[in-house]
Amino acid sequence: MKRADCLGALYPELGDRLVVTIMGATAQELYDLGHRETFFYLQHAMGLAPSIGLGLALNRPSAGVVVLDGDGSVLMNLGGLATLGRYRPANLTHIVFDNGSLLSTGGFASHTASGRVDLAAVARAAGCPRVLEAHTLFEFMEAVAEAFTSGEMSTIVAKVEAVGPDQFHMELALPENAFQFRRAAAAEA
Amino acid sequence: MTVSRDNSKAVYQGIKAAGIRFLTALPETWLVYLLQLAEDDAEMRLVEVAKEEEAVGIAAGAYFAGAKNALLMQNHGFLASINGIVSLAMLYRIPLVMLIAHRGHFGEPYPWHTQGGIVTEPVLRALGLPFEHARDPGRVGQQIHDAQALAWSSLGPVALLLSRDLMED
Repeated sequence: MKRADCLGALYPELGDRLVVTIMGATAQELYDLGHRETFFYLQHAMGLAPSIGLGLALNRPSAGVVVLDGDGSVLMNLGGLATLGRYRPANLTHIVFDNGSLLSTGGFASHTASGRVDLAAVARAAGCPRVLEAHTLFEFMEAVAEAFTSGEMSTIVAKVEAVGPDQFHMELALPENAFQFRRAAAAEA
Repeated sequence: MTVSRDNSKAVYQGIKAAGIRFLTALPETWLVYLLQLAEDDAEMRLVEVAKEEEAVGIAAGAYFAGAKNALLMQNHGFLASINGIVSLAMLYRIPLVMLIAHRGHFGEPYPWHTQGGIVTEPVLRALGLPFEHARDPGRVGQQIHDAQALAWSSLGPVALLLSRDLMED
């Protein structure tokens, strides 16, 4: 399963949900599907995407919030999973694309490549109430459908190949992205 | 040394008067009464984090949602948050109102706080972040108001260092 295929299938389902994505390949693949003002691309500060999602979800309970995360980023802020497990806003869906690789920073193997580090199990143990795993595109979209209708914070760990886009470019300055996103996120539901 | 209950109340009243209704914090001794006041206040939402850098992300999310908010942490937590401050708040122009317990400076009896205490101001200066010391319970409310105003107008982090004079009796 490729992350780009997951994102391609997810994209039409996003509607007006607020999306926070991690850096590099994930950000680029989402952008390449067509930028929306409801997308925030966290191009650095690895680990903080779910924290941004938590702050958004708690302050905009009527909005759907989707965080697109990765194994490398999650491993940089494992404590953040425990914070999600404690506060678990119902309107938050946390999608972790686990490719076992720090693909966007050189392609080094991450801890999950060993097969011994299980992020879904970590999320469950951290108190995340609904943790789903996907190995195929069908499973992924089933998990997304369940997450969007469950009325409970959901975590989806999707096992994907360590491949990304051929080129990295956005016609969007980083503060411009933040200004657009804030306007979209702070708007009344 | 005891933490000042009255001055903690003055800080909390300043937070409320500035219109802040969302706090992200990592508990620490000097903040004990402040956090109790927040927990007991139905108008306030308090989120406690596992490590302070998370608070930078949560504060950014709250800001995106349009919510006035502040971070409460010890200066060692500030030091642990630098990448989030630089590569999220400063990079993307996101205001942060950081109320930082300034441990480890003049009067500090505990050796483990001292290096962090001594480097806190130089690190704030190196980052170019505006900061003031809060020492007077009669002024701290205005300082919180002013920190909030500057953070939101400059679109960047602003720090208020909660001093020993203020936080201890």
